[in-house]
Amino acid sequence: MTDPDAPTSPAPATPRHHVLAAVALGGALGTLARAGLAEAQGHDPSTWPWGTLVANLVGTFLLGWWTVRLTHVPDLDPRFRPFLTTGICGGLTTFSTLQLELVRQVDDGRWALAAGYGAVTLVGGLLTAVAGHRAARARRRSGTSAT
Amino acid sequence: MSVLLWSGVAALGGAGAVLRFLVDARVRARVPGAFPAGILVVNVSASLALGLVSGLALSHDAALLLGTAFVGAYSTFSTWMLDVSGAARDRLLAVAAGNLVGSMVLGLAAAAAGRAIGLALA
Repeated sequence: MTDPDAPTSPAPATPRHHVLAAVALGGALGTLARAGLAEAQGHDPSTWPWGTLVANLVGTFLLGWWTVRLTHVPDLDPRFRPFLTTGICGGLTTFSTLQLELVRQVDDGRWALAAGYGAVTLVGGLLTAVAGHRAARARRRSGTSAT
Repeated sequence: MSVLLWSGVAALGGAGAVLRFLVDARVRARVPGAFPAGILVVNVSASLALGLVSGLALSHDAALLLGTAFVGAYSTFSTWMLDVSGAARDRLLAVAAGNLVGSMVLGLAAAAAGRAIGLALA
């Protein structure tokens, strides 16, 4: 059912700098949380990097959740999705710190720690990605509309 | 633990996230297909850069700003995990396994190489 008085051209796309600003703001907030955890964790390669692990698993669960939840929200502000996903989840989680921590643990001769930390991070990351996805789908089936 | 330092952490974290968004989009435009090449390029280059920063043995504040904030925000773990689990759910098992194993192998090699270069330069 089309409105004959409606403009024929589609709504203008969101300006690119609006999306970039949303990514920057979300990235700043996610990074503050991760950097706080990193400072509490310290840089000793002989200890378990729990700060990085917590940031990575929480951010992965949230990304799985929001990826599903934001798909069916009508009239969503087009800046909201990049703010939450690319910004907050991307800023909160880190791949490079994980790799460097593993390299430093191996350099330090702590092979068991590196193997355990790597395995827990990868298995935990895949499980939390699936868990966030499934929790959001279950929530959607139950009919609640809040994100 | 100053306000100025943590303002810098926030600003550089935001800049790292924007750089990831731009590099990912640029690479994906050039490498079409099911394999998420953009995030692989981002994460491997970030591992090289973070290894370099750690090898250079910078001051605590400089390492926090450049390494933890900027390079840490440039790389992403969550998108990588969602890409792997999503490919597995879509029965693209070669893409899922290749992304999981390939990212780990290249990421570790890049971090080790970056650290070796940084230690040699320091």
